[in-house]
Amino acid sequence: MSGSRLDPWVDSYAQRTAGMQASEIRALFAVASRPEVVSLAGGMPFVQALNMEMMAATVSKLLMERGAIALQYGSGQGDVVLREQILDVMAEVKVIAHPDDIIVTTGSQMALDLVTRVFCDPGDVVLVEAPSYVGALGVFRAYECDVIHVAMDEEGLNPDALADAIAKLGAEGRKAKMIYTIPSFHNPAGITQSQERRTRILQIAKSAGILLLEDDPYGLLGFEGEPPAAIRSQDEEGVIYLGSFSKTIASGLRVGWAVAPHGVREKLVLAAESAVLCPSNYSQLTISEYLATQPWREQIKTYRELYRERRDALLDSLDQLMPAGTTWTKPAGGFYSWVTLPHGLDATAMLPRAVQQLVAYVPGTGFYVDGQGRQNMRLSYCYPDPERIREGVRRLAGVIEGELEIAATFGTSSALRNSSGTNVPAPDLA
Amino acid sequence: MSSYLVLAGGLSPERDVSLRSGRRVAEALRTATGAEVIEADVDASLIEILHRHRPDCVIPVLHGAAGEDGALRDVLTSLNLPFVGATGAAARLAFDKPVAKTLLAKAGIASPAVLALPHATFRELGASGLLTGIREYLGLPIMVKPTSGGSALGASIVRSAEDFPSAMVGAFAYSEVAMMEQYIKGIEVAISVLETADGIIALPAVEIVPESGIYDYNSRYTAGTTEFFVPARLTPELTAECARIAILAHQELGLRDWSRTDLIIDETGTPWFLETNAAPGMTETSLYPQALHAAGLSLGDITATLVERAITRVTL
Repeated sequence: MSGSRLDPWVDSYAQRTAGMQASEIRALFAVASRPEVVSLAGGMPFVQALNMEMMAATVSKLLMERGAIALQYGSGQGDVVLREQILDVMAEVKVIAHPDDIIVTTGSQMALDLVTRVFCDPGDVVLVEAPSYVGALGVFRAYECDVIHVAMDEEGLNPDALADAIAKLGAEGRKAKMIYTIPSFHNPAGITQSQERRTRILQIAKSAGILLLEDDPYGLLGFEGEPPAAIRSQDEEGVIYLGSFSKTIASGLRVGWAVAPHGVREKLVLAAESAVLCPSNYSQLTISEYLATQPWREQIKTYRELYRERRDALLDSLDQLMPAGTTWTKPAGGFYSWVTLPHGLDATAMLPRAVQQLVAYVPGTGFYVDGQGRQNMRLSYCYPDPERIREGVRRLAGVIEGELEIAATFGTSSALRNSSGTNVPAPDLA
Repeated sequence: MSSYLVLAGGLSPERDVSLRSGRRVAEALRTATGAEVIEADVDASLIEILHRHRPDCVIPVLHGAAGEDGALRDVLTSLNLPFVGATGAAARLAFDKPVAKTLLAKAGIASPAVLALPHATFRELGASGLLTGIREYLGLPIMVKPTSGGSALGASIVRSAEDFPSAMVGAFAYSEVAMMEQYIKGIEVAISVLETADGIIALPAVEIVPESGIYDYNSRYTAGTTEFFVPARLTPELTAECARIAILAHQELGLRDWSRTDLIIDETGTPWFLETNAAPGMTETSLYPQALHAAGLSLGDITATLVERAITRVTL
């Protein structure tokens, strides 16, 4: 006699859905969405800083003048005018390309998916930073890749560790398909690779014949000096570059892009057509109209100044309030700082206490595929204002102190619970 | 037109579960009655919403603190608003698991031996010696959980001495007081109780067989990961005994309208009382809706019946 499992298709799902489960941690993030909670967890850009009247005028003009095009299907590769405009945006990070090299996607997340779909069979190795962007890890898992983390240091992906990982794979008769890296203002680590480091990583990838997948959503959001030149500026054939308007204009429009060598780009376009037919014409033309008629460089400057003020509030508060033994990275741009807790504490186990004290963060384990990161958490400063950030850090410091006391009592932190499931927030968490 | 207000959400770690339960109850009630059903969260605007809408009845579908601990129910009482479910005082008794167990033990129901201690006791007396004593007293394995709250949040089974400290830390992450309970191996069943003008009845028992062996948060809320048998595969005698215990728990704790009692039946056929929920979950994978379905009852009709009962209660 068999009972009911409340899902008639439970035996039909693909193996890759095994990790798609309800999660205690995700349940806690539901509380974090409440206004009483200072959320240092999500990565939502502060789009309130946009001039909404300008946006309204842009959209209105678009619909009145080109509505029939904006609301129609478009090219699978993306709007040609927008692709030309993307060249201007990428020039800021010294990437020179041709509009034909670009494919516009539904956020750079879709570009990540397409690149992985085109290159990776189940079991193929992808080398990623330790830690790495959770959205990329999700894509690699979905295509059943063998994800291997490579250590970072204060300058980002460690070239020696990268060379070692490649050599170790070689000794096993294996070769990685891709190296995935976020060189500028890393999510979640808040670290930026120096130009020398970028050159060295590129050399290692090229000499091993491994494709470099460069993800650069935050490249224009540096707080000091010029934006760092992308790795793609040094090489056209060995690098696929991913860019996005999500952080520089508006995440809700979901427009990103990939720049890829000709042969790869052809395949990406075919893969995109089979996935979504074409990216949203409405979103693309809104961005295009905005770039053509609005002072977008000024807007990015506004974002930079806003995020720098919030970064400063976070770092100052951490300096003043964090218990001894806590360390953190000092981002020069982007949205995130990576915190290492005092020895013996477990950020995943501590999250319920934090949420009850009305502060939220993302536990470090979400940024690894192999259970690392227990002692870490990602703090984001992009959404709450400086005063809320200071209050959040004050609460967090109290939580850590309480956890230290508990750990001292029991001589341990909690065992990692709930390791299955998706342990990071949904994208709409502030 | 009648107007009802479903209260769901709140700040407890079970917020997400509560919101899902609330949506289901609200939708079912709308369909069954055609009435206006408002869904409201527990926040600073609630009192103003209650005054503005002055609903004919409130249906609290809150889980965890401030929902199940009786506080919100006392607020509704003070506003003289009819509401479905237990009074604040009864909800408080059920919410504190060791207290509920003591009451049921007094009524002659077997319940696993339990100890409940705050973190401060471990800090002051020293955890190592205390844990050793508790281990020897209860014997391994030991179930460790927060004294309040549901959905198995913060709960874990201690199978070896090494696991004990981290299990305690896990429970203290959710509650100031943790309980350590003798672990009973056996068949897990949930008995839903329904109280109407016709009396108190036990709905068909739901037998729970989690794929992972542990009915934890994932197993509770991921469809497909737990197999349910409704009615449970029990002898008629055992079925009747489980029903008797659940009804007794409902009465002893002074609950009203609906409740759900969780039991474990050991290999000798003895049902052991674990806890009673004054605000049972109503999500897609929850146990109470499964029991209603097995009894041929609809969530909407039953909620409507309980709403009428609550209104009558206040009017009388």
